[in-house]
Amino acid sequence: MNAPIMRLFGVVVLLFALLVIWTSRWTVFDSKALQANPLNARTVIDEEKIDRGRILADDGSVLARSVRGADGTYTRTYPTGSLFAQAVGYSITSEGESAGLELSRGSELRGLQTGLSSIFGQLGGSTQVGDDVYTSLDPKAQEVARAGIGTHVGSVVALDPQTGAIKVMYSNPSYDDNDPKAAARCTNSCLVNLATEGLFPPGSTFKVVTTAAALDSGKFTPNSIINGKSPITVSGFPLENDAGTSYGPVTLTKALTDSINTVFAQVGQDVGRPTMESYMKRFGFYSLPPLDYPPDEMTASGERTLRGKLLYPTSDQVDLGRMSIGQDKLLATPMQMAMVAGAVANGGKLMVPHLTTRVLNQDGQTVETINPSVYSHVMSLQVAAEEAQMMTDVVEEGTGQAANLEGVKVAGKTGTASVGPTGEDLDDAWFIGFAPVAQPKVAVAVVLQNIPQGYGGTYAAPIAAQVIKTLLGEGQ
Amino acid sequence: MRVRNRELFGLLPAALLVTAGFAGVFIQRSDNFAKLQSASLTYGLIFLGLCLVGHIFIRITLPYADPYMFPLVAVLACFGIVMIYRISTTDARQQAQWFVLGLILFAGTIVVFRDYRKLERYRYVIVTVSLLLLVLPRLPGIQDPVNGAYLDAHIPGVIVFQPTEFSKIGLVLFLASYLRDTRQVMVMSARRFLGVTIPPLKHFGPVLVIWAIAMAILFLLHDIGSSLMFYGALLAVLYVATNRISFVIVGLVAFGIGAWYLGAHIPHVHARVEAWLHPLSPTLYNQPGGSFQVANSMFAQAAGGMFGQGFGEATLVVPGTHYPLLPAPDTDSIYAVITDELGLFGAAAVLLTYLLLIARGFKAAILARDSFSKLLAAGLSAILGLQVFVIVGGVTRVIPLTGVTLPFISYGGSSILANFVLVALLLLVSDRARRPSSS
Repeated sequence: MNAPIMRLFGVVVLLFALLVIWTSRWTVFDSKALQANPLNARTVIDEEKIDRGRILADDGSVLARSVRGADGTYTRTYPTGSLFAQAVGYSITSEGESAGLELSRGSELRGLQTGLSSIFGQLGGSTQVGDDVYTSLDPKAQEVARAGIGTHVGSVVALDPQTGAIKVMYSNPSYDDNDPKAAARCTNSCLVNLATEGLFPPGSTFKVVTTAAALDSGKFTPNSIINGKSPITVSGFPLENDAGTSYGPVTLTKALTDSINTVFAQVGQDVGRPTMESYMKRFGFYSLPPLDYPPDEMTASGERTLRGKLLYPTSDQVDLGRMSIGQDKLLATPMQMAMVAGAVANGGKLMVPHLTTRVLNQDGQTVETINPSVYSHVMSLQVAAEEAQMMTDVVEEGTGQAANLEGVKVAGKTGTASVGPTGEDLDDAWFIGFAPVAQPKVAVAVVLQNIPQGYGGTYAAPIAAQVIKTLLGEGQ
Repeated sequence: MRVRNRELFGLLPAALLVTAGFAGVFIQRSDNFAKLQSASLTYGLIFLGLCLVGHIFIRITLPYADPYMFPLVAVLACFGIVMIYRISTTDARQQAQWFVLGLILFAGTIVVFRDYRKLERYRYVIVTVSLLLLVLPRLPGIQDPVNGAYLDAHIPGVIVFQPTEFSKIGLVLFLASYLRDTRQVMVMSARRFLGVTIPPLKHFGPVLVIWAIAMAILFLLHDIGSSLMFYGALLAVLYVATNRISFVIVGLVAFGIGAWYLGAHIPHVHARVEAWLHPLSPTLYNQPGGSFQVANSMFAQAAGGMFGQGFGEATLVVPGTHYPLLPAPDTDSIYAVITDELGLFGAAAVLLTYLLLIARGFKAAILARDSFSKLLAAGLSAILGLQVFVIVGGVTRVIPLTGVTLPFISYGGSSILANFVLVALLLLVSDRARRPSSS
């Protein structure tokens, strides 16, 4: 009877092997999927037990921190409230909801668990403590941007063109991220970050892109002469300059200074669809900004159909001439236009924009540093210098004079995009620019929505100037 | 080293485990180290004392018995008490009392059935009592269905117990005794067909009987797991007795057909099968009697990962409430808690401990010199292994989830008492088998 007993034991061993295999299915192979399953309440509960790291501004002030409750769970507080709400976002662990940096830097804030530290961390069973996320956001300049926008709907984005570090990201309406539930009920979509999601017709600020394409493709120089008469026929319809002013033959520089529509419509058509498309893409159009921010909270800029589908300049449906002056169906985010200004400012090299500068663990050791990296080479150094000079003229003697600062050379471009029904005369007022021209430290984009007679030079340029002044003032 | 001294040293891991385990739970609960020292050491010492008493008793009564069985049981029981203490302190106190009673019953079994072969004389009494015990949970006034399965007998005001725990021993005893007499008849006069030896049809009688018992369990108790456990063990005894694989094949096919038919027609059993097949379907998950328990067992194991979250770190209830995240954490789902806290490695270590204990049981069966002893030891070891397989398999979704206990670890008086009797019988067989044959 011993042989069947041995075989019987063999069967038991096989059955136990099945148990171990199935246990490893759930603990190892399917572990991630099970933990991500929406039915799994313990993921949310465990999340509440994590002492999430802080989010800090450039000057070290705290933008988000965790507070331990009586039951050992943690909740988030945001000392600066609505000032940084869109950039920082929020995290409600009990609901499993988060947004902004809280979402995009979630794994760092929960604490990067790698290698041995994760094993010993698990064995120890102590509270999981997250890492601190340091950003380049500048509270003073952010406050200036908020004051400048006031009660208007609009947004300000400012960045360091040499590194891509975001200094200011503010938009109105904002919300108190200590209470995003209330914000979700607000009637004018307070939770939407207009800086990254808001699509505005860029108007004449887009002439900076057209100019870059014109110069860098070699088809034009700053001194090329184009006839600036008004109106001209573009795509079968008459196109007028502002106030119907008819200019004679003018240089490209003069055309940018006075923002002559008819000139840039001709320039764009001369440059051609494929070239315009390729330069737009170099500036970042038609892609989500490469920002460390949740993709769901960003929108790609470009021409869009009425249904919101992206439409490339090579398509017949695009009115190339009108697109070249920022009209037609062209829509851009403030983030995108700040990148346009940044690319010109940084000698044609567009840097990858980022909010985070570094991540430090609880022992103060740097676990991650975000180094500046190049997103694309948009134009040659020489072309960038030429265009910077043209944009300086805009501020010194053209439409952007309100952006002038004492002792600092500012370059920029205004934009006044007429929106709303004809006759109401509502405009989106834009200004994009950078300073100091010789060695730019700040690039900025400002937009205010639905302003009656809202010239960019009147409404947006002064805000840009104040933000630039604040950021440069701190740098000294 | 002498046999009994090996057993004594074998208790060291159990002692260390229980002390370290209690210390771990205390550290997790509070940072009060003063309280920790006194309390955990007290618990550790009491348990170590109990194990020592058990050892001294074996040393006196069963000097030749297998030296590893008792320490392995002690490791499992000590581990169990720590796990239960971590889940519920009151349960742990009761479990400790059951442990003491279990040891008394263990000693009683060894003293009364020192010559266990006299049990054979009472085999028809034993089988009648065992079958009556199985029916007990369905009697009016006693029945107390839990999640639709009738495993508990509830005599109001007196006791709640699981009769299946006891009848599993009785049925194995009966079959071992019965087959000792008839195995020769069953093997002889067999024909061979396609390389498989097929006994005459009339000898399939015993297979038919145990099949009927298993189906009756499924039908009466509404429990696939218990049914599988009984059937598997009885089939194992039959196989060892006859060495005829044809019995096993026919038996398994018959069980499959029966389980499939009843599974489709008994609503509760059907629901269990559905929950087993689709545990993560939101409808089943939110349905009463649905897949909530199976799904959360899986979630708990996923949270444990390779190394576990650490003793006392598993989330059992929604924080701040008594709303359970994992139903029956101290009984049915205790394996999920173990995996959650100690990970794949800890869980595999527990399974390995069981496997070692079962291996010692089979070893006793091999060493035994008479058919009854061999069949008894093999049957008891097989049913122990199958019980672990049924409950762990249910929690890990190898088979549909069922309400049997994890022997020596799960909370439950019946389970502790019955399994101590089972181990006492294995030790008795082992002692007789290893005794020098001078007498």
